[in-house]
Amino acid sequence: MKPFVVNVALAAIAMSCASSTASRAVWEPVRPVEFIVPAGTGGGADQMARTIQGIVTKHNLMKQPLVVINKAGGAGGEGFLDVKTSSGNPHKIIITLSNLFTTPLATGIPFNWKDLTPVAMLALDEFVLWVNAEKPYSSVKDYIDAVKKAPSGSFKMGGTGSKQEDQIITVGIEKAIDTKFTYIPYKGGGEVAVQLVGNHVDSTVNNPIEAVAQWRGGKLRPLCVFDAQPMAYDEPIADGKAWKDIPTCKSQGLAMEYLMLRGIFMSPKATKDQIEYYVELFKKVRATPEWQEFMKNGAFNTTFLTGADYARWVEAEEKRHEGLMKEAGFLASH
Amino acid sequence: MEELANLFHGFAVALQPYNIMLMVIGITLGVIIGVLPGLGGANGVAILLPLTFSMPPTSAIIMLSCIYWGALFGGAITSILFNIPGEPWSVATTFDGFPMAQQGRPGEALTAAFTSSFVGALFAVIMITLVAPLVAGFALRFGPAEKFAVYFLAFCSFVGLSKEPPFKTIAAMMMGFALAAVGLDSITGQLRLTFGVTELLNGFDFLIAVIGLFGIGEILLTMEEGLAFRGGSATINLRVVLQTWRELPAYWMTSLRSCLIGCWMGVTPAGATPASFMSYGIAKRLARRGNNFGKGEIEGVIAPETAAHAAGTSALLPMLSLGVPGSPTAAVLLGGLLIWGLQPGPMLFVEQKEFVWGLIASMYLGNLAGLIVVLTCVPIFAAILRVPFGIIAPLILVLCAIGAYSVHNSTFDVMLMLVFGVLGYLLKKCNYPLAPLVLAIVLGDKAEEAFRQSLLGSQGSLGVFFSNGLVSTIMALGLVALFWSAIQEGYSRLRTSLA
Repeated sequence: MKPFVVNVALAAIAMSCASSTASRAVWEPVRPVEFIVPAGTGGGADQMARTIQGIVTKHNLMKQPLVVINKAGGAGGEGFLDVKTSSGNPHKIIITLSNLFTTPLATGIPFNWKDLTPVAMLALDEFVLWVNAEKPYSSVKDYIDAVKKAPSGSFKMGGTGSKQEDQIITVGIEKAIDTKFTYIPYKGGGEVAVQLVGNHVDSTVNNPIEAVAQWRGGKLRPLCVFDAQPMAYDEPIADGKAWKDIPTCKSQGLAMEYLMLRGIFMSPKATKDQIEYYVELFKKVRATPEWQEFMKNGAFNTTFLTGADYARWVEAEEKRHEGLMKEAGFLASH
Repeated sequence: MEELANLFHGFAVALQPYNIMLMVIGITLGVIIGVLPGLGGANGVAILLPLTFSMPPTSAIIMLSCIYWGALFGGAITSILFNIPGEPWSVATTFDGFPMAQQGRPGEALTAAFTSSFVGALFAVIMITLVAPLVAGFALRFGPAEKFAVYFLAFCSFVGLSKEPPFKTIAAMMMGFALAAVGLDSITGQLRLTFGVTELLNGFDFLIAVIGLFGIGEILLTMEEGLAFRGGSATINLRVVLQTWRELPAYWMTSLRSCLIGCWMGVTPAGATPASFMSYGIAKRLARRGNNFGKGEIEGVIAPETAAHAAGTSALLPMLSLGVPGSPTAAVLLGGLLIWGLQPGPMLFVEQKEFVWGLIASMYLGNLAGLIVVLTCVPIFAAILRVPFGIIAPLILVLCAIGAYSVHNSTFDVMLMLVFGVLGYLLKKCNYPLAPLVLAIVLGDKAEEAFRQSLLGSQGSLGVFFSNGLVSTIMALGLVALFWSAIQEGYSRLRTSLA
């Protein structure tokens, strides 16, 4: 019996040595990684997740497959709770949009972004004020005059979802120019843009990618962008105008700024190596031509943040959402 | 004429050997996806989307749209053989398709379903080819009020035309509305009826309900009836295809009507589900043997299948020309287009001619290839019914469980499916119709959303539903359909009193 015991002991020592060297080496996924999308198929977050999946597959950036899973229930709450309860499972990451803040605030589900591990900010999505191209107003000033002249509440603003980013911006505009819109929530951004083309609503705050096709087709007109600086892309899109030529709302007398987070989080209790692995992965994704093309098509703000910078940004943004939603009366009643 | 030249160029693109190969692979994968309930077209396309990133865009969209056609064809198979609709728009196919299978005529039902799908899709593609630019603009006239009117018409044509006692129909429908209300209220952004249960955040998914109500419910009923799987005498011979084909031309009127309903619903874009229900309801009223509907009438298979496929195909038109997906699968395809750098919208037809016409050509060829593939397999599918119940029932159960699980990757859904199964069994025992319940689960939340959006826009005035010619006409049609039996009775009384 003795040799057997010795062998087992030796094997145990050998294994512990092996595992300690492994932990010093870079961590890598050993199972397929679930990429949770807390939104429906076909939306902005879903498109980004599937683009990343395509890039990872095409350039062979991971040894294990990356599987996109939509968990859209309860304005994304389903997805966040799923990752929150997968503590210590490094094979689960989630892409977030502003519902990271708005969903728990509006619905009261037991979730806060601090329950997750921040990985990286991939980009920020811009918002643009759009009107139907047939309408006479060609500048923000004309638009504000028209809104103020119309009876209170008769001007219809279309947007995606309720008590989410589009409605927050709408309330921000109301405050900034002291007026009242009727906000009409729809399921998806593409639908919102088409409702504007069909004149069923009077204006929208669609993301660039949701409305660009209608702009190029001459059906919609962008008035201003809700960012501190104009967008960076100078390739002409329609009538010789580029994204860069759209002025900021603030410069046109409409003081409202809003950018939406497109970031990655992972399940709670992730180790440093594991976070590092995903940060490196997304750095590689960002370097590919496909990603750059995707950023250009959607006129994204390509700010990239990781680690403490990222966490600080998210924290500040959470405070801001809390303030904006409190003012608008969007907080859950319990 | 320029369109025709473009189309022939499209055929040249689609007929390259590489693309033909992708077409056949796509159809086969699609049929498999369609047969597994739960793993619907949208999930299937989403899973396979990354595979196509290394292909040229035209080839990729050909393959993906063939998966879509395959899934549409495949959905009918389980509906007819096992009473398990794999997709929302196959529900109406079960009403007469499954009784036909039980009477030992599964081959006939399958052939009718596949052929009708082909006819519907072909009609829609021809429409897309000829009048694409004209029709595309029509969708723009559909605001929330118009959409609600279409859903209203779908509900009314079902209640008014139903042969069941109206109160049982309405009771079943109300139960469906209640189930549809669970989850997030998209107008206020609040959770409703979830009672703090995380699993209910997503509400009750239609597929889970249907797999349970129909699939599991049916197995329970069969068990009670002594484990006999009716339909064992199915003929398994390719001749059945030709025999059925000889019968089909007699129903050209139903087909044409269903094609028109389907195209209209697909373009608006209300989608294939209301189209199939509406077409079935209207066929039941207008067909000579309408009283026999629900007992295995071949016309009851033709009407919903034709309309569903005409709608499913024409739904691609608003997707391409406006960027509005008409169905969840179309939404995933739309995401695919964006990834390939193609922007759906008014400019797609101008800037990406080769792509658009390649896709349209592949619709013709893909449907034809699909028809050939599924028709040659009819005897094989029909033969499944010869397997003894003791063997097939556990297999169906497993299939249902996999299907229910794969909708959201959740074991809770599998439990829910079993609960719905018991519910379906009880409702059937008490003679409550299941179809209105399912219709309400599928369309209930959409109708509610459109209704409330309309009222938001009109600041609370119901007049918005009669505010222009289009919406008034649809609403009026709905009211006529709702009170159809009363109108008919009044009319016949008037005639007898005059006589």
